[in-house]
Amino acid sequence: MAIDMAQFHQVFFEESFEGLDAMESGLLNMDIGDVDAEDINTIFRAAHSIKGGSGTFGFTAVSDFTHVMETLLDEMRDGRRKVTQPAVDVLLGSVDCLRDMLQSIRDGGQVDQSVVSAHKLALDSELRNSANGANGSSALEPLPSVSPITPADDGAELEICGWSIAFSPHLNLLKTGNEPVRMLRELAGLGELTTTVDLQGVPSLYDLDPEECHLSWKLHVAGNISAAEIDEIFDWVEDDCDLAKQPIYKTEMPLQALQSEGTLSANDVNTSAAPVNKPTEENVAGAEIQPQDAKAPKKEEAKAAGKGSSSIRVDTGKIDTLINMVGELVITQSMLSLLGEHFEMNKLDQLKNGLSQLERHTRELQESVMNIRMLPISFVFSRFPRLAHDISTKLGKKIELKLVGENTEVDKTVVELLSDPLVHLVRNSLDHGIEMPEVRIAAGKPETGTVTLEAYHRGGNIVIEVSDDGKGLDKDKLRAKAIEKGLIDADAVLSEKQTYELIFMPGFSTAEKLTDISGRGVGMDVVRRNIQALGGDIEILSELGKGSTISIHLPLTLAILDGQSIAVGDETYILPLGSIIESLHVKEERINRVVGKGETFLLRGQYLPIIRIHEIFNVPGAKTTKLTEGLIVVVEGQGVRCGLFVDDLLGQQQVVIKSLEANYRRVEGISGATILGDGSVALILDIPGLVRLSSQ
Amino acid sequence: MATILAVDDSASMRQMVAFTLKGAGFSVVEAVDGVDALNKAKAQVFDCVVTDVNMPNKDGIELIRELRALPNYKFTPMLMLTTEAGADKKQQGKDAGATGWIVKPFNPDQLLKTIKKVMG
Repeated sequence: MAIDMAQFHQVFFEESFEGLDAMESGLLNMDIGDVDAEDINTIFRAAHSIKGGSGTFGFTAVSDFTHVMETLLDEMRDGRRKVTQPAVDVLLGSVDCLRDMLQSIRDGGQVDQSVVSAHKLALDSELRNSANGANGSSALEPLPSVSPITPADDGAELEICGWSIAFSPHLNLLKTGNEPVRMLRELAGLGELTTTVDLQGVPSLYDLDPEECHLSWKLHVAGNISAAEIDEIFDWVEDDCDLAKQPIYKTEMPLQALQSEGTLSANDVNTSAAPVNKPTEENVAGAEIQPQDAKAPKKEEAKAAGKGSSSIRVDTGKIDTLINMVGELVITQSMLSLLGEHFEMNKLDQLKNGLSQLERHTRELQESVMNIRMLPISFVFSRFPRLAHDISTKLGKKIELKLVGENTEVDKTVVELLSDPLVHLVRNSLDHGIEMPEVRIAAGKPETGTVTLEAYHRGGNIVIEVSDDGKGLDKDKLRAKAIEKGLIDADAVLSEKQTYELIFMPGFSTAEKLTDISGRGVGMDVVRRNIQALGGDIEILSELGKGSTISIHLPLTLAILDGQSIAVGDETYILPLGSIIESLHVKEERINRVVGKGETFLLRGQYLPIIRIHEIFNVPGAKTTKLTEGLIVVVEGQGVRCGLFVDDLLGQQQVVIKSLEANYRRVEGISGATILGDGSVALILDIPGLVRLSSQ
Repeated sequence: MATILAVDDSASMRQMVAFTLKGAGFSVVEAVDGVDALNKAKAQVFDCVVTDVNMPNKDGIELIRELRALPNYKFTPMLMLTTEAGADKKQQGKDAGATGWIVKPFNPDQLLKTIKKVMG
């Protein structure tokens, strides 16, 4: 039967990557002194599944590699081997290697054999390191199975023409689900079978237990059948029966060759086990360096190729809710169509009811659908324990990483795009934020630094905070640096917040020296740009000597927005509800006109620039051009406040964002478009863009 | 039509086993671990059980032991999927009442051949 095994590959890869993640976090959480057996078991099981699957689906390189890991883990699981930090590190390295292997197999790339064998050597040497475990080497490789020397091998001229077999099942053979009839049938499949049943063991009916097997057989099967074929049939029951088999040769000559089997196989075992112990010190040392080099270019390829199909794992509960909603919707729909068939004015109330039900169900349906795209932020967070572990080991710092609110859900796209900026921020905290242990002690802080990653919902936003109790930002240093780099004037007056925000400026880096952990050329300016591209915002708070907190605010989803419609002339625009602070009428005496710099107005002691929407977008038919007669909507975006001059506020509604770039082209000041209830298109305003536009 | 219970915590292996058996005309119910399998086996009688050994919650050997103790499964063929290195596992499985084993890695043909050995 030909089955295309490729159809199972995708599932295999997905579960293997999950398994690798589980192994990684299990290894990271392992408490070296006091290891929980269940933890090792979980790691072992993941390795075991990957090995089994890869063997089955024909990825032998992967299964060979995993086999060595599995052996190591198995010994740890059985308590034959102590769990040591070096062993855990080697295993972690192997997890990475395995992940690379699987990725390149999935994307059709080449597996870098040198990297793989380097890791394998490291594993082997750990395995042979029997100082802390019992006989490590014996479990190293499966001993090559020594095929039993059958008489036929030794004397080719003696052809087997059949077997005579004495088969006496034990009483309990049936209780393992084995069945002599089936075995006889199998035998008959090999060649012509003659059976003689021996009924002597059968007790009298009175004593007979029908669940026991009292029969035995003398069997004769004809044909040139190998011993292995016969053995295979009785393989499962060898302990549950007495079995004697005797080959019948054409020449009818007895053979002695059988006796030599024992010594021969012992020799084989000895010689074949020797090469396994060979790897030298140099090889092992090389193993630590090589894996790093070849990694980078391959990952890029893999990423590009892997983009094609992406799947999403959805909680069954969510799908059930969805199906429920659809059911409700169908009921409402049929109710409405029934109503429409014989509509009379006195049914108007019913119609209104039905419509409001329809509205409610549609909204709920929409929420449930959006919910499907929601993933817990732990998808991003889960990689950080490893990062913290690696960096703290590398730098000799003591760092505890706390994850809070990992189950906070956020849109899949946001999760994916958030990953890189977050890695950058966490790296910064680990590398620059947290001080060396001795510095911390001298400053009267606990030796171990804490980096906290926290996610929570606030309004329609998700907030992610990266905070550390490290040295914090030095305002004077920041300022000096910015002046030195020519980013600000020497006499510029900056608020505390503005000073901290200097680090987001392009070309600004406070690190005294670049390490390979942070400062790879991607600056905080890129981080901020990425966050802003997601429609979010980034903020920094810091106290010298106490630590820093960076918060990222992001919309929950990129597809739907809570909007406020505003009217300007004949046009309707949408403002993101979250950016609106207040709306007000402004009095003439508060308006301040500066030649060449536009108009400002005074709001609670602060001058805010006014942006006239009708002017900026050239909208005809504005109700008024007098500031006092229209409405000022105070909005905030990326820390800048301004007043938008509009005709009127219309109403709040959720709008589905359609990309303007994808359908037309990028327009400054506009972040997207949506379709209103009456079918017309409304543009969604982009506050920072508007501010930029108006200052030109 | 004979019904087989396929138990494995690995989705790809489970799918492969189920797909192969369905292709050969068996009806197949899948279970993700020993606990799941035991519940399903109590709700419905199967003609054969194929189970992985290493699984969370309840492993294959414990599953076989508990199934074997049920009146409905006294003589039911139960096969475990095991690795070549699992000699002691085979013995543990036998002691728990397993009928036999299929050595991993295996291909669909080997699986069917083994299943046919115990069915019908």
